[in-house]
Amino acid sequence: MGRFTTWFYRMGSPRWFFDLSRPWLVGFLVAGIVLLTVGTVWGLGFAPPDYQQGDSYRIIYIHVPSAHLAEALYVAMGVAGIVVLVWRMKLADMFIAVTAPVGMAITGIALLTGAIWGRPTWGAWWVWDARTTSVLVLFFLYVGIMALRQAIPRADQAGRAAAVLAIVGTVNVPIIKYSVDWWLTLHQPASITFTAAPAMPPSMWVPLLVNFLGFYSLVAAFLVAGLRNEVLRREADAQWVRDWVGRS
Amino acid sequence: MNIAVAQVRRDFLVAFHARADAVHPVAFFALTVVLFGLGMGPERHAMGALAPGMVWVLALLATMMATEGLFRRDFEDGTLEQLLLHGRPLFVAVLAKLFAHWCVTGLILTALSPLAGLMLQVPPEGLPVLAASLALGTPALTLIGAIAAALTVGLGRGGVLAAVIALPLFVPVLIFGAGASLSAASGASPAGELLMLGALLAAALTLAPFAVGLALRVSQEY
Repeated sequence: MGRFTTWFYRMGSPRWFFDLSRPWLVGFLVAGIVLLTVGTVWGLGFAPPDYQQGDSYRIIYIHVPSAHLAEALYVAMGVAGIVVLVWRMKLADMFIAVTAPVGMAITGIALLTGAIWGRPTWGAWWVWDARTTSVLVLFFLYVGIMALRQAIPRADQAGRAAAVLAIVGTVNVPIIKYSVDWWLTLHQPASITFTAAPAMPPSMWVPLLVNFLGFYSLVAAFLVAGLRNEVLRREADAQWVRDWVGRS
Repeated sequence: MNIAVAQVRRDFLVAFHARADAVHPVAFFALTVVLFGLGMGPERHAMGALAPGMVWVLALLATMMATEGLFRRDFEDGTLEQLLLHGRPLFVAVLAKLFAHWCVTGLILTALSPLAGLMLQVPPEGLPVLAASLALGTPALTLIGAIAAALTVGLGRGGVLAAVIALPLFVPVLIFGAGASLSAASGASPAGELLMLGALLAAALTLAPFAVGLALRVSQEY
């Protein structure tokens, strides 16, 4: 077996993950807090004001990373859903269980900051614009996954049902995105893409990048912490969990 | 192909003997149209501009209601287990089942939609497009709603849950369906929206039965 295959099968073992993940948790948490502090202070205090929007644009340092994560986390759940159905990997199922509430919260932050930003720039808290609508739908997709999981009593079955829904939802995310894109769109197009140079000066986008990485690290820390709790909860009857609880 | 014919024939027979199942969504649709008519007040002009969208939302809700219990009877009497065990392609069986179901729900709603549109003051030139968009849209809604129905079939009170799961997935169909009807009612060409609606239906026809089969297999283990 190749190195990757071994790693892959090991990842399927909740215990292995639990033993290994403590330094990850600390690392992500420290990185997240440091990066977010630096990026937020830099973005809110030192980056130059926008020539049109003045200071109100500064909410971009919270809004854009959270909106990006909202979609990325859903796609990650879809990938985990395939892993659940094909390999029946317990850890992937736990990943969906842990990611759904975190993703919902992040989507909520994206919607809330979007509304706050929309008030001074568009003159309205809410508009039925392409991207706001697709993020709102994304929020309800997260709600659906959580509701389905909670309604099914048996954990493994809830996991597989949620996996099917996560895959169906992931197929739908681009369809929803493009269908609402056909409307008259008020939202500006993406300001930073991988394919083109950013449309803003480095003094603006560097703190944004720092906050981006900070958001990713902090969410990764949340996910690792949630996964560790989930492992302990599911394996509560196992001897190694009892030993671990006895030791700590 | 035999399996498809047998499934459609069997489901039509069941539908004929359980006529109430087909009547309830239609009655729901008719009643909500009346309620909307009353709730909006007698202002004719205000209503006409919004009416195609309203008819679409009401038809969508009625389809959701009808689809939610799609597999429940089969699940309770064990037919669903046989469907999963018979070893023939589940894709075909599911597609046939959904076709039969659509014939007694979505098709009737589509046929009634011009009447509902008239009652809600849709301009006459918008009525054919309203019906055409529903003819393309309700099968897509049935296919997508069936995924939610299949995921929740084993749960006692799955109704609202199925709606919570399915309604966000309905968004693209609603956008293009209502969009086509609204364009036609305001005199613009609805061709683009109708083509997109057809594309959505084609995608749903090819992908949704797989998801429904997968969901049924998961649910059968309750």
